[in-house]
Amino acid sequence: MAQPLPDRLPPRSSAGPMGWLRTQLFSSPLNAVLSLLTIWVLLLAIPALVDYLFVRPDFAATTPEQCRETGGYCWAFVREKHRLILFGVYPYDEQWRPLLASAILVGVIVCSCMRRFWRPSLALLWGVGLAAVGVLMWGGLFGLAYVENAKWGGLPLTLILSTFGIAFAFPFGVVLALGRRSHMPGVKAVCVIYIELIRGVPLVSLLFMSSVMLPLFLPEGFSIDKLLRAQIAIILFAAAYVAETVRGGLQAIPRGQYEGADSIGLSYWQQMRKIIMPQALKIVIPPLVGIFISLFKDTSLVVIIGLFDLTMAAKAAVSDAVWRGFSTESYLFIAVIYFVFCFSISRYSLALERQLDQGHHR
Amino acid sequence: MVSSQSTRRSSPPGRARRRWSWNDPDTRALIYQILILGLVALGVWYLTSNTLHNLAVRNISTGFGFLHEEAGFAIGESIIDYSPADTYGRAVLVGLVNTLRVSVVGIIVATLFGTLLGIGRLSRNWLISHLAGLYIEVMRNIPLLLQLFFWYALITEIMPGPRQALNPLPDVFISNRGFKIPWVHGNAIDWLFGGLAVAIVLIVLLAHWARRRQEATGRIFPLGWSALGLLVVVPALAAWLSGGSFELDRPELKGFNFQGGLTMSPEFTALLLGLVIYTSAFVGEVVRSGIQAVSQGQWEAASALGLSRARILRKVILPQAMRVIVPPMTSQYLNLTKNSSLAVAIGYPDIVAVTNTILNQTGQAIEGIMIIMAAYLVVSLSISLFMNWYNKHIELVER
Repeated sequence: MAQPLPDRLPPRSSAGPMGWLRTQLFSSPLNAVLSLLTIWVLLLAIPALVDYLFVRPDFAATTPEQCRETGGYCWAFVREKHRLILFGVYPYDEQWRPLLASAILVGVIVCSCMRRFWRPSLALLWGVGLAAVGVLMWGGLFGLAYVENAKWGGLPLTLILSTFGIAFAFPFGVVLALGRRSHMPGVKAVCVIYIELIRGVPLVSLLFMSSVMLPLFLPEGFSIDKLLRAQIAIILFAAAYVAETVRGGLQAIPRGQYEGADSIGLSYWQQMRKIIMPQALKIVIPPLVGIFISLFKDTSLVVIIGLFDLTMAAKAAVSDAVWRGFSTESYLFIAVIYFVFCFSISRYSLALERQLDQGHHR
Repeated sequence: MVSSQSTRRSSPPGRARRRWSWNDPDTRALIYQILILGLVALGVWYLTSNTLHNLAVRNISTGFGFLHEEAGFAIGESIIDYSPADTYGRAVLVGLVNTLRVSVVGIIVATLFGTLLGIGRLSRNWLISHLAGLYIEVMRNIPLLLQLFFWYALITEIMPGPRQALNPLPDVFISNRGFKIPWVHGNAIDWLFGGLAVAIVLIVLLAHWARRRQEATGRIFPLGWSALGLLVVVPALAAWLSGGSFELDRPELKGFNFQGGLTMSPEFTALLLGLVIYTSAFVGEVVRSGIQAVSQGQWEAASALGLSRARILRKVILPQAMRVIVPPMTSQYLNLTKNSSLAVAIGYPDIVAVTNTILNQTGQAIEGIMIIMAAYLVVSLSISLFMNWYNKHIELVER
């Protein structure tokens, strides 16, 4: 009877740390040179970074003078200013409210990420969540003191602008996408002009338009505040991008689905609601998440029309005469916040894409 | 509407009279369209009448006549002649040129750097692929505006003043007034650029001839080396034959600032740096996904022919990857151009910043916004037209 030979060890040149080095870093002369160069740069950069962040700074420092003396990253600045950066000029004693509101918004986003919650009642969750955020931030109910929205700021404002933005832009964008796919030339023309016009211009110009032109558009004596104007501009902007994404999903649905729906006598809206949209939306979820990420980053542009979002708060923290010159500290601090949000959502989107993609591989 | 389309029957030729019934999809479509267009028109009319009323109340005149008035404000940097005595129209032009300048330079640098990143991301070298990945993930996930603020603060706050300027290379100075590099002046310069243009035309012709010859005879012409030679020899020859002179204009510290040389202002440097660093991360991802879209079999078949890895990439993989790369690359170029409008936040005088100043001086809000939007629409449309033409050019030709 044949006996299998005992397993042989892999050749020494391709096993163990030496083998790894040989295949990964020094597989060719060019690779060896590149690796050595990279290692040299890293040897210069990493110790310098560690020194800047952890070795040089005095963690017990409390004043800007102490920070300037030791050099390095000024942790005292973050300790002193983090409330201002995170919550803006919201009344100090009431800052648990924006904290709770941010937690609710993050909670709503996390719930929307779980497939268990993907059903029509998710819309209800969004409705309740956004309403609760409104009550918490404005107050005036349940014994909460009223806080006008000129005082909102920091992280909650960034979260509000982006979540409310996507929440309202989504239905609008779906309608626009359906309009663009319509066979009625009048409807199609209106939607195409809107989508292309918005996508052709930068968000900055829309924000300017909303801050300068919206007051002119409205009847005399009627005015809306700065925050709402920016929110409208963001919704109008995001809707055009949502529409193009959803259109991609609609185009991917085979024609037979439309014809099948026609053949059982469904009306247009029944077809869309029961046959086409469930399939199309499933395809476009990953790119929609991408739109949410860029919207989250783009809300920083409201700085230009003077809203107090996270980025503006970071700028404001540096403009304090006592703490002048610590912009690096301030910007790095909020860069980490933005990064944590965007990176985790983009990782989620990748995983989701892989999960949803299963059906297409045969 | 889909259902109306698929159930619609073309009316038989003999039937002249139309049935005006709610059950006829054509009639329904017509009514829907009239309703929707009517609503849109009503909305536009309502907004316009409000606007006209508000303008009348505030005593603001409409029209673009203000463009001929004297601007009266200075613009920090401009490559065309401009003084505060020029008109508003000229100021808008300066802004547009500044936008185009930063966009064009940004697009070129971001494409080169981003392509390197994308290829590096796929490198077999563990260190390089992971470093490229780290760079892409970090830069993509931090808002561009924040990066601009960061670079601008770094240049204006952390960099030393002109007197203690960093001097990494001879005659190159980095200070909080921006970058200073030496520049060449003299009448031979025009001949140099003329020679460059001639060389480019020659290379295009040569490439055409080389391809024809290779198709006919199979012999390969060393095009890369000849092109490089032409690029060096022709301009040098032109400059030498013209008998013109060169002067090296070196930056020198005089008083409190540098004189001479070519300046890159802190605003321009920060904007360019931010745009390139941010966009190249996206370009890197586009290039990576394009290369990965080419099937593994192409690599294997090309190696079976005995081509080197670099040659495979250049001759086999990239031409096929280009088809996947060009459309998303177009939208990255458009994004970069649109993102250059963030210049207004750090004070680089691009078209948005200049028009915003004009808008605040004259109160011509609507005209100002229209100028900005029209400028961006024209630029966006030109870029997408060009890229669509290029895309057609490289598309896979199928029977």
